Amino acid sequence: MAWTWFHRLGSPPYVYRLAARLTPWFAWPAALLILGGLYGGLVLAPADYQQGDGFRIIYVHAPSAWMSLMVYVTMASAAVGLIWRIKVAHAVAASCAPIGASFTAAALLTGMLWGRPMWGTYWEWDPRLTSELLLLFLYLGYIGLRSAFEDLQRADRTSAVLAIVGVVNVPIIHYSVTWWNSLHQAPSVMKLGKPEIATAMLVPLLMMLAGFTLYFGAVLLVRLRGEVLRRERSTAWIREALGA
Amino acid sequence: MTHFLQMGGYARFLWPSYGITFAVIALNIYWARRLLSQSRAQARRRLLVQAEHA
Repeated sequence: MAWTWFHRLGSPPYVYRLAARLTPWFAWPAALLILGGLYGGLVLAPADYQQGDGFRIIYVHAPSAWMSLMVYVTMASAAVGLIWRIKVAHAVAASCAPIGASFTAAALLTGMLWGRPMWGTYWEWDPRLTSELLLLFLYLGYIGLRSAFEDLQRADRTSAVLAIVGVVNVPIIHYSVTWWNSLHQAPSVMKLGKPEIATAMLVPLLMMLAGFTLYFGAVLLVRLRGEVLRRERSTAWIREALGA
Repeated sequence: MTHFLQMGGYARFLWPSYGITFAVIALNIYWARRLLSQSRAQARRRLLVQAEHA
């Protein structure tokens, strides 16, 4: 049956073992891509004709901002497990929140450090910056809400609603620079058509974006094993999983 | 080398950006591993308690 793999993904013991096996396949390529991207971005890419070497902040800022959105979409998609009450889906959603929150903070801070020399200010209540800050509060609200419940099942169900409602903010962040007059520059890579950036600058950026995405996969898989274990009551497979 | 570290005068904005991002990368690895080892320890305790009751 074509659906068996999908059903297996709902089975905690299977997911626990699969996650352990897959982690290195994400972690090592991620490390190589990030190291390559660092070298390309800091050494090989030429300085920008307007922003000089300052533009190189893009190689940590853009991947962090990408993570903040991608992790949220993953979390909200997993939260849809609310409907079918899939334990593994809730474990995925719970795993995403701290990763997303920390990278949202990194995106905001690196953006501030970029904004100071380029715009002359660390912070401006601009649509892009404000909606990204709101994303940080959504993540923190989600984490806070989870920790307010003793019972994991209730924490899963209640926080899933918040994750799903908050997804409205994602397109607002992405399109904020096009919809409103923003200080923030318009997208140069994440848009339809050809990217508006020189190849020597673009390749390291794409490597960083791919590297961060794979890194997210690796960290998510490790967290997922922890979260699956926390939700499991069946002793037989826990004993097997722990090798006890 | 000094020329590289100066980053055309942007060093005081650029290096902290890289520092923050890589600190977040390292922290997430640490947090994930800690969560897994705590969950394992908790599961082990649960097994022990159940074995005592059996």
